[in-house]
Amino acid sequence: MGPISSRLIAMESKRSWAAILTLAVIAIFVVPILNLAVPEGSLFHIPTFWVTTLGKYLAFAILALSLDLIWGYAGILSLGHGAFFGLGGYAMGMYMMRQVGERGVYGNPDLPDFMVFLNWDSVPWYWLGFDQFWFAAVMVLAVPGALGFVFGWLAFRSRITGVYFSIISQAMVYAFMLAFFRNEMGFGGNNGLTDFKDILGFELSRETTKVGLYVATAVSLLIVYFICRAVVSSKLGRLLIAVRDAENRVRFLGYSVTNAKLFVFTLSAMLAGLAGALYVPQVGIINPGEFAPAKSIEMAIWVAVGGRGTLFGAIIGAFAVNGTRTYFTAAAPEVWLFFLGTLFILVTLVMPNGIVGVYKSLRSGELFDAIRRRLRRVDA
Amino acid sequence: MATGHSMGAVRPHRIIAFVGGALLFLALLVAVTLPAAAQSVPTAADPFAAAVQALDARKFSDKATAVDALGALGDERAIAVLQAFADGRLYRHKADKIVIIADRAGDGFKLTSPVTGEPAGTATSREIKKIIANNKLRGQIRGVLGQLALFSPDADERLEAARNVIASPPDDALALLKRARDRETVSKIRETLETGIAVFELASDDRALRLAAVATLADRSDPDIKSALEQRLLEVDGDAVEPDAEVRTALREAVDDIDDRLALFGLAENLIFGLSLGSVLLLAAIGLAITFGVMGVINMAHGEMIMLGAYTTFIVQEIFRSTMPPEIFGMYVLVSIPAAFIVAAAFGVLIERGCIRFLYGRPLETLLATWGVSLILQQLVRTLFGANNREVANPDWISGAVAFGGGVSVTVNRIYIIIFCIMVVAALAAFIRYSRFGLQMRAVTQNRGMASAMGIRTGRVDALTFALGSGIAGVAGVALSQISNVSPNLGQNFIVDSFMVVVFGGVGSIWGTIVGAFSLGIVNKFLEPVSGAILGKVIVLVLIILFIQKRPRGLFALKGRAAES
Amino acid sequence: MSMPEPTTGPDAMTAREPSILYLEGVSVSFDGFKALNSLNLIIRRGEMRAIIGPNGAGKTTMMDVVTGKTRPDTGRVLFADDVNLTHLDETDIANLGIGRKFQKPTVFESLTVFENIYLAQKTKRSIAETLFARIRGEQLTRIEATLETIRLTERREDLAGDLSHGQKQWLEIGMLLAQEPELMLLDEPVAGMSDAETEQTVTLLMEIAKDHSLVVVEHDMEFVRNLDCTVSVLHEGSVLAEGPMDTVQSDPRVIEVYLGR
Repeated sequence: MGPISSRLIAMESKRSWAAILTLAVIAIFVVPILNLAVPEGSLFHIPTFWVTTLGKYLAFAILALSLDLIWGYAGILSLGHGAFFGLGGYAMGMYMMRQVGERGVYGNPDLPDFMVFLNWDSVPWYWLGFDQFWFAAVMVLAVPGALGFVFGWLAFRSRITGVYFSIISQAMVYAFMLAFFRNEMGFGGNNGLTDFKDILGFELSRETTKVGLYVATAVSLLIVYFICRAVVSSKLGRLLIAVRDAENRVRFLGYSVTNAKLFVFTLSAMLAGLAGALYVPQVGIINPGEFAPAKSIEMAIWVAVGGRGTLFGAIIGAFAVNGTRTYFTAAAPEVWLFFLGTLFILVTLVMPNGIVGVYKSLRSGELFDAIRRRLRRVDA
Repeated sequence: MATGHSMGAVRPHRIIAFVGGALLFLALLVAVTLPAAAQSVPTAADPFAAAVQALDARKFSDKATAVDALGALGDERAIAVLQAFADGRLYRHKADKIVIIADRAGDGFKLTSPVTGEPAGTATSREIKKIIANNKLRGQIRGVLGQLALFSPDADERLEAARNVIASPPDDALALLKRARDRETVSKIRETLETGIAVFELASDDRALRLAAVATLADRSDPDIKSALEQRLLEVDGDAVEPDAEVRTALREAVDDIDDRLALFGLAENLIFGLSLGSVLLLAAIGLAITFGVMGVINMAHGEMIMLGAYTTFIVQEIFRSTMPPEIFGMYVLVSIPAAFIVAAAFGVLIERGCIRFLYGRPLETLLATWGVSLILQQLVRTLFGANNREVANPDWISGAVAFGGGVSVTVNRIYIIIFCIMVVAALAAFIRYSRFGLQMRAVTQNRGMASAMGIRTGRVDALTFALGSGIAGVAGVALSQISNVSPNLGQNFIVDSFMVVVFGGVGSIWGTIVGAFSLGIVNKFLEPVSGAILGKVIVLVLIILFIQKRPRGLFALKGRAAES
Repeated sequence: MSMPEPTTGPDAMTAREPSILYLEGVSVSFDGFKALNSLNLIIRRGEMRAIIGPNGAGKTTMMDVVTGKTRPDTGRVLFADDVNLTHLDETDIANLGIGRKFQKPTVFESLTVFENIYLAQKTKRSIAETLFARIRGEQLTRIEATLETIRLTERREDLAGDLSHGQKQWLEIGMLLAQEPELMLLDEPVAGMSDAETEQTVTLLMEIAKDHSLVVVEHDMEFVRNLDCTVSVLHEGSVLAEGPMDTVQSDPRVIEVYLGR
């Protein structure tokens, strides 16, 4: 048994396996049971609203994992991941839009409401096929994947790195926002796609459907976690870290940095698309607001808060930040941006390895050493 | 030959007009003398006075005729009379039986002579009787007044009236325009009038007149005139509107001429709009270029520095409004410039010392931390000033528009922005080129380690550079407050654009930023008419992404070993 | 100045022997500064060559050109007499069998010593191979052997970032060995090393030179003398003198370049 494998097991020790399993069982079985089987009014009942909210967080956790894969491991900070998330969401939204059929406001069996409103007489070619779930499901991965591949190919081939890549990816998502705001694009313009009725024949308004979507998201997160786990603990994972540390040195070893980055960026884009596709049926709407550059930057802070370069950290971060947001938007909305802004500054300044980093240093007693070292560096 | 033709053509026409005028005059005379014979009006010899007197008719139809007749005289005095008529201030003096303008003054009325415009004593309400106008009549008066403005002593009013008459011509427009032209002394208005006349004469029965009209119109640059010419080239039921082949050729040539000139004007217009957009982009981006170039730091709060500058302008404006005499209110903009610089620079130093300096060498973290700063600043301003737009008024000297030929007009504030932008950039370039601090800044940009080794305190240079970059963003905020809404989101609208300018132009190069800003501005404005504003912007973004492909370091990249790291 | 003047008899014959690296008329300029000026250099297969020269002589630029980091303005660079390197990128050149150690030791600091070697080890470099790679026993043996050679067996599970400067230099040499290149380019391998470490490095390089072609750029004259190989002196972008250390050191032109100004 080589040291590589021994390190793998160290990461996934019996204790972490137990933790993962426990969390998975709670998320996939316990929460639905507490919602469906425990009567309302009982202390242990979880209201459906909270199940759906948790489902949203789970989708965000998938998104955070996808971002962590490229930022935490390969050192590429994408400020445009909202584009992949949004495209995945739109693909799913288009499917559900087609399922509405005659139940729309205009009762047109062939056209979504907004197209009737725009006086279109048939669906545009790029809407064809979206009445089939399998087709939409393929597109959920294929469209973001293709965009990620093309964009990544353009950027990585010409060695656009660091903040340049961040800025360019931000411009990319901004362009998507502007484009999707246009009615002529055929994606519902400003209002986006909404008023969905059902998915795969299940009514979206029914509680069981909501719980079902939640479970699907939880299972997806588990699968995505294992995919990411497999990638980062493979030799390719080591290569990505090497790229992050010293990109040029990797080239002189004979590896293609472009291909390595392209692989992981495309994978990441597809996972983000999946997250979007799981998110949209739970919130019931997708609009160009998902492409707002501010949203994409915020995703980075989920990862940073949890601890980038650790998969668990990304998931924790997505839950922590979004949970806090849910609390603040109800309790004190005007404080939220102050809080979020301060979070951005504090995380980058004093806890660069996030919650996971703090936990690790607490356990090893290194925290105070680290603080002392940091202060000394500041003085210098 | 052609001139001879048109000369010869004009003469009979004038005779017709003269005869027409004479007949009209006779008709008037009849209309006036019928009541006048019994009433002995003292100034019957004056046709104007007679025409005024004719307004005092019994039937509305007679009054209407009289109004037209009065208008046809083209006498500027008629304006006041008709206005009074429409306002219900025109009366008959019962004793004298003359028409008089009367304004209520205390218990009675103050009288004014419609003919001389002089005061004509006073009267009680019993002594006078209102000459009643109905709505139809008032509408007619409005039309006549519009035409009469052609004879107003005020040149601007005449020009506007000429345009109005041409745009919605009354029945006798041609005669009216000709009369106005013959009296007109200002060449610009005369030209407008002649254009109008020529447009009418395009439809004349006289071939020579039509040719002359085409010749006159060929050197105008107005899409409306072009379409008027084109209409003559249409075919109706297989027959050309314009029957004569020679005239058709002339028409076609004239349309081509106008097309060429219109294209040129369109080019000029796009160029001016592009320059103005480019100036805005440049103002927004140049501070960013400095901090990015010197420190390699992405300041996501740069947009908020612009926003702070705009709010500083708002505050200075409010102070001026409440404490200064209104005559010098317009000067608030000038005071705002240094104020905005200082406020934004102070915030810049605060951000650099409090946050960024701990993150040197970690550009991605800097990016995220400054984004946090930007969120806090936005919310801070929203809490202090409210989420709504704040009104920043353009001072008089920045308001209005300048009209160029061919329908091109540019608002003054856009021109000021171009000038202001040039001044700011020139001052900045000179500062960087000639000041000691500028020298240190350039040294740090090119080789931080070496500069430090030579005794330059790079930390201080960084802080001051950041202050300078932020201060300039603040100044940009003053300019932006004059053309866009001042709201907490102001900065967010510019952040992506200004990054694109910097990345496109090449980091660390002021020239790159200048060229980048203006080319993006101009390309954007040239795309807009073709693709629409939003799609144009999307296209520009895609083009930049593709461009960065080819030149990852931008247009004016630093070369050599220094740029490698 | 276009042709190097062979200073000793045996080296005059080099052109006829099979070469591992052949540079002819290579010029590179940065913003008007000529870093390489029509450089000619021939390294025989299996040879160890030391390259010395004052700062700015073009030593590192020469390595950049060979490894594809910098494209030459003019000239030919042949590897093993048949592959022209001037149009290939770093990755392709590395895969041809040219390894390089940088002036500033560059290792992957967040990976362990073992993982650094593991990544460098000669294997198929495609993404799929890398994703599904598993360490086989024989591979592991070779990694262990390399670790032994560079005396880092004890620290194999430590992060490379925690190594001392000298150890990082050694790790990078180890990575180079694991790459199993035909030609190794070493840029200042003993910079920042203690005397004892330097001595050990000499022994190591002599060992490596037995079955590799080696080009060593160094400032440390004593170190170069100990390598006991042909020395090329670079000056202003071309070869000033070539031959054994003693001959070169007594060359009046070399003395002038090093001491004259």
